[in-house]
Amino acid sequence: MTGQADQAPNPEHDAYLFKGQAFHSECQWVVTFEEHRPEAERLFSDRRLVVLPQEFDYLSEGDVIRFVPDRKAVRVLFRKDANANYFLVTERCNHLCLMCSQPPKDVDDRWLAREILDVLPLLPATTPFLGITGGEPTLVGEDFFDILASARDHLPNTPIHILSNGRTFKDKAFAERYQAIGHRRLSVGIPIYSADPEVHDYVVQSKGAFDETIRGIMNLKSVGAEVEIRVVVHKQTYEGLADLSDFIFRNLTFVDHVTFMGLEITGYTRANMDKLWMDPYDYRAELRAAVQYLAAARINVSVYNHQLCLLDGSIHRFAKRSISDWKNEYVGECATCSRKSECGGFFSSSNLARSSHISAFH
Amino acid sequence: MDDTYQLAYFRFSQLDDERYVLTNQAGEYLVLPRAVLASFVKHELPSTHPVYSRLRSRQFLFDASSNIGKELLALKVRTKAKRLENFTSLHIMVVSLRCEHSCPYCQVSRQSEDRSAFDMSEETAEQALALIFQSPSPAIKIEFQGGEPLLNFPLIQHVVHRAEAINKVAGRSLQFVITTNLAVVTDEILEFCREHSVLISTSLDGPATLHNANRPRPGKNSYELAVAGIHKARLALGHERVSALMTTTKASLSLVREIIDEYVRLDFPGIFLRPLSPYGFAVKTKSYAAYDVDRWLDFYFEGLNYILELNRNGVPFKEFYAATILTKMLTPFEPGYVDLMSPAGIGISAVVYNYDASVYASDEARMLAEMGDKTFLLGNVHENTYAEIFGSDALLDPIEQSFAGSAPMCAECAYEPFCGSDPVFHTATQGDFVGLKTRSGFCNRNMSIFKRLIDLMDRDVTARELFLSWAN
Ligand code: SF4
Ligand code: SF4
Repeated sequence: MTGQADQAPNPEHDAYLFKGQAFHSECQWVVTFEEHRPEAERLFSDRRLVVLPQEFDYLSEGDVIRFVPDRKAVRVLFRKDANANYFLVTERCNHLCLMCSQPPKDVDDRWLAREILDVLPLLPATTPFLGITGGEPTLVGEDFFDILASARDHLPNTPIHILSNGRTFKDKAFAERYQAIGHRRLSVGIPIYSADPEVHDYVVQSKGAFDETIRGIMNLKSVGAEVEIRVVVHKQTYEGLADLSDFIFRNLTFVDHVTFMGLEITGYTRANMDKLWMDPYDYRAELRAAVQYLAAARINVSVYNHQLCLLDGSIHRFAKRSISDWKNEYVGECATCSRKSECGGFFSSSNLARSSHISAFH
Repeated sequence: MDDTYQLAYFRFSQLDDERYVLTNQAGEYLVLPRAVLASFVKHELPSTHPVYSRLRSRQFLFDASSNIGKELLALKVRTKAKRLENFTSLHIMVVSLRCEHSCPYCQVSRQSEDRSAFDMSEETAEQALALIFQSPSPAIKIEFQGGEPLLNFPLIQHVVHRAEAINKVAGRSLQFVITTNLAVVTDEILEFCREHSVLISTSLDGPATLHNANRPRPGKNSYELAVAGIHKARLALGHERVSALMTTTKASLSLVREIIDEYVRLDFPGIFLRPLSPYGFAVKTKSYAAYDVDRWLDFYFEGLNYILELNRNGVPFKEFYAATILTKMLTPFEPGYVDLMSPAGIGISAVVYNYDASVYASDEARMLAEMGDKTFLLGNVHENTYAEIFGSDALLDPIEQSFAGSAPMCAECAYEPFCGSDPVFHTATQGDFVGLKTRSGFCNRNMSIFKRLIDLMDRDVTARELFLSWAN
């Protein structure tokens, strides 16, 4: 959507975004919101007008939406001003993780990949970041490679980060083909939850997953791909963090990044709260040791989705604000906190369970 | 879940009355109580035991839960052995045997004005260079030694220019080091070093009294010249391009804190607390006093404790010998330190081209030769080809015979992955390449250090974190 008359629109797919401003548009399509409906109907009587409910008025120039006239369905596919956009490639998955935030569905959803292929050419080349998620995005096979090839052609400078369980890469040829795409800033984030295969397989609810994921990572590194290891910290994983960091350093030495994530209370996590939830304050010692160990081993390590006041002071420098800024919230205690600007705050879902040790820095 | 498991190949040794050290083939270790080790080797350790999972993730055992362990282990062993294929990277050129110092412990230097007798000639240097660039190693380090190498500085300049010219085609990662006491260093020399990125490695034995007692020279000012030279060289080349090495003498043994303080004061990032040299006395008597090793170990551990204390008080400082061992213990990397390699690093990791055109398997090998034992003389740069020198029995026999993986005691020793074999030391002290390890100063010294480091880390996780930051 374009909001500026002086920017040459592409009449085929661009729509003019009308928020009551002065205009001069060549676009066939005009998008506006309920509050501007009368004015828009008067001004654009000769155009194809889409009036969206007021709740969409956050949309702005450069965003991409999909509108299906017959079904009166609208989907926001891309927001230019967000610091991260994620594309869901499929809802299918070969894991059934205890804490999955996007519970898998075994459905034919190939339309999702095709939609992404439609959207990619519309994105600005300056897009700062793009995430590819699922389900398990590699399960769509050919479409997966088509998406990456399109990203390479249209977004050569945008960092593309794929969230995958890595198992498909156990096939060396698949890893080679992935690397051959040749996008310069492609990386893949793969979860390992324990150095103990039985614990990992239990957390992802799939026997044999550990071996396939580790083999996948080895293959990816052997072809020179960039790999991040993601560890979600919760009741099933915190005790093994020290052994896991040792395992990663000794066996997967050449991974590019290791990240420790806090639990997001959505999806399956809600149903498995008794198995998963613990106050992050109670695993601060284990998390500190794992992070310090990897840092001493000169491995690039970060901590995401953790409130700063729950982390041991010595690892504050590894804490990053969460990438998806629109989820973050703060609580009453945070109002007076001097380090709020450095802190990632809470997921909006976190009101279901929250640490009892939140305390402001002064 | 099937409760049976397969034992991987591993070694174990007693740490103390209660605890055992286990090492896998890649050098990862675990410390276990005797009873747990016993039930593990008897296949009686239940999979619910907390140690079970740690044994499995470090590939001490394999079971039905996973198939990837053997592959991971193989990859790690391969990675550690990988450096062998590079062959010799350190090439020591003794450009002059002359020295203006007269250190009593030095077996090689000469007080002489006779250049023709004790300086390396240009022709010899040319031949040595031709051999150096036949090494397949992608990294070549040429170290100029003496005597005092700066007394033959024109030859150093010649070699540097020639090596750079050859390297335009050879394309190796090429580095130069001059090992010097800095007493005769000049601005012109430093300017040349700066232009050609030559590193300086100097000698500093500790505080002035100790250093000057160790290193007599006319003027009795060895220490003052060394310190002034360090400052001057740092200014010219950059702080981190100047390093220092100490020699331990009997007089050093009661002064470890003072020696370390001296290094801290001069802003060095660490110190290598070197063992007493067995060459000289030991070579003549073919015995090496256990008494000396024990006194040296007291010196070493007192120094190590003191450095840890400094670290905990916020002074970043390392002991480099421990750091080398810790790299083997705590990381997947092989530091490639000549004295702690098996197969032994002599010749295949470092080699010496002597002033008189003879080629020796190591720096100690040339000292041994000065004492009259030419066991490790590999050839002559004018008379022998690369294949003759590096394929000589004088090199291959000691390497093969001393291989720790098959040497008595070492083969079963849990510390073998951290240790090495030193055929030159054992020839000097016991008269054969392998040596009886129960009477070996090399074994006693190293095993004591391995045990101490593991004990420190086993008692205190923060020591482990600190030590990891020393490693790699
Ligand atoms: S008080 Fe709030 S803002 Fe401050 S560190 Fe804690 S969670 Fe973050
Ligand atoms: S020399 Fe001693 S410590 Fe080293 S491997 Fe042999 S027996 Fe073990």
